[in-house]
Amino acid sequence: MTTRLVHHDADVLVIGGGLAGCWAAITAAQGGARVIVAEKGRCGTSGVAAAAGPGHWWVPPEAGRREDAIARRMAAAQGLGDAPWMARIIDRTFRTLPGIASHYRYVPDDEGRIRHHALRGPEYLRALREKALAAGAIVLDHSPALELLRHADGSIAGARGVSRQGAGGDWVVRAGATILATGGCGFRSHLLGGANNTGDGLLMAVEAGAVLSGMEFSAFFTVVPAGTTMARTMIYSFARYYDGQGRLLDRPQGPHDTAFLAEALARGPVFCDLSATPEDVRRQLPQISPNVTLTFRRLGIDPFQDRFPVSLVGEGTIRGVGGVRVADADAGAGVEGLFVVGDVASREPVTGAISGGGAVNAAWALSSGCIAAEAALARVRRQGRRADTPAEGTGGAGLAQTRGTADAAEIERMVQAEMLSPMKQYFRTEATLSAARDRLDSGWSALPHAGLAGTPHARARRRELAALTATARWSTASALARHDSLGLHRRADAIAAATLPAHIIAGGVETIWTEIVPAGEQA
Amino acid sequence: MIELVLAARCTGCNDCVAACPRDVFDPAPDGPPRIARQADCQTCFLCELYCREDALYVHPDAGRAQPQDAAAIEASGLLGEYRRASGWDEWAEDEALRNQHWRMEDVFRRARGA
Repeated sequence: MTTRLVHHDADVLVIGGGLAGCWAAITAAQGGARVIVAEKGRCGTSGVAAAAGPGHWWVPPEAGRREDAIARRMAAAQGLGDAPWMARIIDRTFRTLPGIASHYRYVPDDEGRIRHHALRGPEYLRALREKALAAGAIVLDHSPALELLRHADGSIAGARGVSRQGAGGDWVVRAGATILATGGCGFRSHLLGGANNTGDGLLMAVEAGAVLSGMEFSAFFTVVPAGTTMARTMIYSFARYYDGQGRLLDRPQGPHDTAFLAEALARGPVFCDLSATPEDVRRQLPQISPNVTLTFRRLGIDPFQDRFPVSLVGEGTIRGVGGVRVADADAGAGVEGLFVVGDVASREPVTGAISGGGAVNAAWALSSGCIAAEAALARVRRQGRRADTPAEGTGGAGLAQTRGTADAAEIERMVQAEMLSPMKQYFRTEATLSAARDRLDSGWSALPHAGLAGTPHARARRRELAALTATARWSTASALARHDSLGLHRRADAIAAATLPAHIIAGGVETIWTEIVPAGEQA
Repeated sequence: MIELVLAARCTGCNDCVAACPRDVFDPAPDGPPRIARQADCQTCFLCELYCREDALYVHPDAGRAQPQDAAAIEASGLLGEYRRASGWDEWAEDEALRNQHWRMEDVFRRARGA
């Protein structure tokens, strides 16, 4: 097979064209950089924001309001938050987001006000794509990155990947700075919009020398109509849940805490009753979240009359917290020339151990994207593109390494059996986690590789499987390292103990390591 | 998962081939795109928003294929519902279909009793 190779030079390469990647691309391109966005799927429909509806953390600069908002978040972060980062994303989001009005059609609310922070996903991501293109960014759709490239001095030199459409073949982008915006990892649950979020960026970053933080904060499951992807939560604010015998389930306090549903689902089917939904909300739902309405209609369910079965979908590090540890105020990855933005980065600085929900998470994605883009641009102005300096690939697993020949689907099922079991994840113990670690290690050793002759699809899939497996290993190792329950990490065998706030840092590819680092110190 | 590309409606523009984030479709010479990798579909419904002819139908079951009868779906009124309810394209000036996403935070607040 002859392999077609397309070579690009850029100032800034952005890997991933979702919410964070688009804002990074817009910022860098508006700053005068030549920007290339390499997106695995389609920039504008790919990623979890495109099918959802992100709010953004929104606090006007009025006396005391931001200080109060940060104080509340710092308390919720349980010692793992970083107030300067919170202030940075509040300010950046407030200043930047209204600019999307050039391509997003805001509709005034009943008082005639524009709520700049609330955007519906499909329209928002379409607008971000168009704004990035208008700013001069070059978008490579259907072009998954496979590995980062590195100069001999250790700095990142761009990336290499494949194109799945058109003539296909390989691409290389040499860039003065590279921004990873590949999203979190949902372990290919049926989370709405999450199938491309396989942890590719986590694997690429660790191979390049970065470390991870907070990977234990990855136990989060969202309710959906059984068998569907429709993980939009608003309508479940009014839900009552019943077991198969029609007994009302006790719903504990706390937003989005679905552990009680996990327990009930382990015993049998669970049914949802939305009859408490107010009449006006029922009427407005098709124009608030059209995809929720269509899901029920196509299933022949009247959600406000019929009790319907529900299931849980895993959100992994997407609604969870963990990712590449942000090493500085520029969203640097701790590796020269590499930045991490959005869900691929650990959000601990702004959420601590708990999920930020859509609002803080979207504000983080936008702001880290813009901040990294400015730092990337400054770096390129200082150092140039260095496109002629030799660079080597950093990727191993799932590429050309010789490996076992185990069935790829079997390994994916094994990873999912660990990471997408609500009971295993919500009720972690030393025993369940150790067993998971051993199974995942075996899966890792047996990973198949694609070799150089595979089709672009086959090579991208092999790499995704390696990333999924690696992410599961880091999550499991981090969960083993934190013996107490904290935020999104629940240990059913936790021993109550007063411990100082600390981060669990993880890394390694062949051999996984973890380290406990007291909050406020560098790894 | 994606179940239907309705040949009677499809103009062969291939916009769905480009729009699908999972690269599920293959373009076909002289005809509608082919559903080449159905199992890769992530059931996000977004292809339907990008199909001006309303020629696509995604079934909400994300786990297994649910083959659909094209004539029954054509008659069901379900085609194009997502694009219409979202107020895209020719529906953009319809007041009743305006984007009301901004209400979401108010609904959450009401549910909390705040």
